[in-house]
Amino acid sequence: MPISKSVGARIKRREDPRLIQGLAHYVDDIHLPGTLHVAILRSPHAHARIEKINVEAARRHPGVVAVVTGRGLQDRIGLIPCAANFPGMKTPPHRILALDKVCFVGEPVVAVVAEDPYIARDAVDLIEVDYDPLPAVASGEEALRRGAPVIHDDQGKDNVAFTWEIAGGDVERALREADRVVKHRFVQQRLAPIALETRGVLAQYLPGEDQLTVWSSTQIPHLLRTQLAVMLRVAENRVRVIAPEVGGGFGSKLNVYAEEGLVAHLAIWLKRPVKWIEGRRENILHTIHGRDQAGEVEMAVQNDGTITGIRYTVTADVGAYYQLLTPAIPTLTGLMLCGCYKIQNVAMKLTGAFTNKMATDAYRGAGRPEATYLIERMLDIVADELNMDPVELRRKNFIAPSEFPYTTGTAVVYDSGDYTAALDKALSIAGYQALREEQARLRAQGRYLGIGVSTYVEICGMGPSKAMPAGGWESGAVRVDPTGKVTVLTGVSPHGQGQETTFAQIVADGLGVDIDDVRVMHGDTDAVQYGIGTFGSRATAVGGTAMVLAMQKVKEKVVRIAAHLLEGNPQDIVLEDGKYFVRGNPTKALTLADISLAAHVANNLPPDTDPGLAETHFFEPSNFTYPFGTHVAVVEVDADTGEVEVKRYVAVDDCGQVINPMIVEGQIHGGIAQGLGQALYEEVVYDENGQMLTGSLMDYALPKAHNFPKFELASTVTPTPVNPLGVKGVGEAGTIGSTPAVVNAVVDALEPFGVRHIDMPLRPEKVWRLMRKKPRRS
Amino acid sequence: MIPSAFDYYAPKTLARAAALLKQHRRKDARLLAGGHSLLPLMKLRLAAPGVVIDLGRIPGLNAIQESKGKVSIGAMATHYEIESSDLLRQRCPLLPETAGAIGDAQVRNRGTLGGSLAHADPASDWPAAILALDAELEVQGPSRRRTIKAVSFFVDLLTTALRPSEILTRVRVPVAPERSGSAYVKMRQAASGFAIVGVAAQVTLDPDGRCAAVAVGVTGASKMAFRASATEEALRGKRPGEAAIRAAARLAAEGIDEFQEDIHASADYRKHLTQVLTRRALTKAVERVG
Repeated sequence: MPISKSVGARIKRREDPRLIQGLAHYVDDIHLPGTLHVAILRSPHAHARIEKINVEAARRHPGVVAVVTGRGLQDRIGLIPCAANFPGMKTPPHRILALDKVCFVGEPVVAVVAEDPYIARDAVDLIEVDYDPLPAVASGEEALRRGAPVIHDDQGKDNVAFTWEIAGGDVERALREADRVVKHRFVQQRLAPIALETRGVLAQYLPGEDQLTVWSSTQIPHLLRTQLAVMLRVAENRVRVIAPEVGGGFGSKLNVYAEEGLVAHLAIWLKRPVKWIEGRRENILHTIHGRDQAGEVEMAVQNDGTITGIRYTVTADVGAYYQLLTPAIPTLTGLMLCGCYKIQNVAMKLTGAFTNKMATDAYRGAGRPEATYLIERMLDIVADELNMDPVELRRKNFIAPSEFPYTTGTAVVYDSGDYTAALDKALSIAGYQALREEQARLRAQGRYLGIGVSTYVEICGMGPSKAMPAGGWESGAVRVDPTGKVTVLTGVSPHGQGQETTFAQIVADGLGVDIDDVRVMHGDTDAVQYGIGTFGSRATAVGGTAMVLAMQKVKEKVVRIAAHLLEGNPQDIVLEDGKYFVRGNPTKALTLADISLAAHVANNLPPDTDPGLAETHFFEPSNFTYPFGTHVAVVEVDADTGEVEVKRYVAVDDCGQVINPMIVEGQIHGGIAQGLGQALYEEVVYDENGQMLTGSLMDYALPKAHNFPKFELASTVTPTPVNPLGVKGVGEAGTIGSTPAVVNAVVDALEPFGVRHIDMPLRPEKVWRLMRKKPRRS
Repeated sequence: MIPSAFDYYAPKTLARAAALLKQHRRKDARLLAGGHSLLPLMKLRLAAPGVVIDLGRIPGLNAIQESKGKVSIGAMATHYEIESSDLLRQRCPLLPETAGAIGDAQVRNRGTLGGSLAHADPASDWPAAILALDAELEVQGPSRRRTIKAVSFFVDLLTTALRPSEILTRVRVPVAPERSGSAYVKMRQAASGFAIVGVAAQVTLDPDGRCAAVAVGVTGASKMAFRASATEEALRGKRPGEAAIRAAARLAAEGIDEFQEDIHASADYRKHLTQVLTRRALTKAVERVG
């Protein structure tokens, strides 16, 4: 069995055949006999008192098994958890079903349980709720104005949810002593994550065994198990959570939702399986949103282009209630505010504001795209003021490769980096100088080409437990069967990231087996040791490392047994092409299967060696990791219509060592698509009364394949010292780097019109309005 | 995403379909063609017909044929059948071009010409071409047939000249004349792919290179599609050079006092696009005169 090296190879995703053929099992593909179905009546009001709920007609509807309201549920089930906690933070009770008041459109009010989903849905229409509408507020900044309706009046007299600050150096002094202070206001719109598979929950309770099983489309099966045990007040060792096939999450399934608690409770109470599958409209209304920050950046700048300080004063619109990590997300913006630059004087003052909207929480990038957007937009604005090329301004302020590990003004420690190398490579692929010449030539013809550069660094590989609200370590186990087949049990919960392939690649090389002999299991809390889950681009950096360390323990034992059987010394055992042998004697060789059989038969083991061949490791990372790169967008803006065409897109990303370049490129492709989506198309729009105007994909504009050119991807490789694999993570980098590149490009295109900035999304009409005046001659 | 309960009929003949439609009028009976307008509305419970009559089992309703200088297209022809029809590409290329601009491949494989026209969404693509081509719409009632001219078919927002128990069965368009060219140009709404504004133009030149006939249909801009009559008037008899087209296109919004407005585009912008896209459609149409 010849084995070439798997790590670093473009191996096709082993997950894909089942996904492409429709053979995978998502929550809704799991059918248990006797399952009941849930439909939920949701608030049509952004803010209203519930005067009366009449469920009699629904209850009498044939096929309805139960109808539950907030009042009926309040003593039976706990609150929806939030893991973040700051001093002075208000934490309004977040119930599964609304009690006396609704605070956003889509908030669950009544749940109907019926024999089939059709009956359940029909019965929802038979429920009568008398609401007394209250004035609503649908913007974070509006919510903080004097006289704004107070959403949680039992928590205080205003809508301030929390305040948070971070500071390093002396930003006041930097601003005072700067040659100039450049200020700008930025609004980063609200986005909906829109995973292809909406959320869904199936729960089954077996009273004889006292066993609750919950299938949920989640990124965090173990954390969900713990939280469900607390909410439902049941013993955690009686709860099994299974994340079956999960059709994307982008952070939106890094959470604990009302429906998860509700469905699990109903299954216990009714002693029948209960299922709820989210509709797309519900998904847009009541799955977390991302971004939604508005604030002002002040930058202290010397005339030679040296940036000496940055201050960001921001309101984060957090919605009506917190979900799992709501308050923590905008704090990540603070940590990464200085980007790739040597800016030691930094401060961010954050105010979280309650509004009559769905909660914000982690969406791909989660706080870091916001930081990159601010700093990368500011660098272009400053370059324009100083009449410098934006690329030169970046070079001038970069942290140099020799300065790593580099402690930022916000006290995080960048692990490794070579920002200039990525920048140079991207500019060379793009042909930056030639593009600038083409731009000048086209402008003379009344055509508007724009070139946008974004040099980003982000924080991922989450993360050290000290810096995380609910554990930042990860677990991995490696088991070898007596026949030599290998099973990896990982605590992460892949849902599109491809670890069934990449982890198998690592193990195939490490233990000398065929990749097809490695099975990667995840997502079932009864099968897999406790773990944290998949988010924050951590699965390979942290989960992969845990697995590798477990594998090394297995390998050490394999070598010890091999040495014993081959009558050699462990240090002389070599592994080549799937054969273990004593150096210099390859004809007398053993395979992993031979050795594993010996380990399990256990009648001829070396002294002091336990039988069996399985090891587990729990890994705590010493730091986050910091991927970086340069993205270059080339756009042309149609002066008659304001339409933006992305003509070229170059991305050079450095995520450290690469296990599988094809999977890394897939992640970058998807990431760029979502980053461009924010720049050009996407926005969750609530009107001023808190009504949702983008409640379907007919109005919420996702990016489409035809919107993009073929992406031109390349990489540099700067390994991280934080883990033995040298990997940094790549799940979010594409999103983080791309948004400002596109906006910079469009603003650059509009330079003849005196445009300094445009808030996203760059809809054609918005751009067209800025181009209505005569362009100035350059 | 679950519709209210309804009764479902799948008649095999047009006469039976018309009879069912009449019989179940009180139950708000609705015809199902490709299902791409009706079913989403039903799933959101914005429509809740008690009876749905599926036209999909009636043979021959999707035929595309030429006779006596006209091409007739069955109302159940899918957008894709029109897009890929060799006959139409040769004889009336404006229709395949319009079809290709609709939604995405999945929508074009299911959605139908008749279903789209009868639904009369102000942002749908077909009305621009149907108006520009002076199409005739053939309609089957419970007892008789009649023909409605395109210009009289669209009555108001989501409203057509169809009577409650009438079924749109075919659309007839004249074969494109010699020395003519056509084009459909649209700006897509970024989420839905519907037209923010879409303009269909057909230009026929006389042997001197002057415009013998000019037809411009505009969809998406207003509550219903319209003909840009002032533009047509301005170009007729003229050589369609750049300046003439530009001047004529500036008149495209004339006579329309209300433009649609939503989160995707203001009324002002739609008015502006009407002029820009009319210019582009006319320019392209003239370039294509063969």
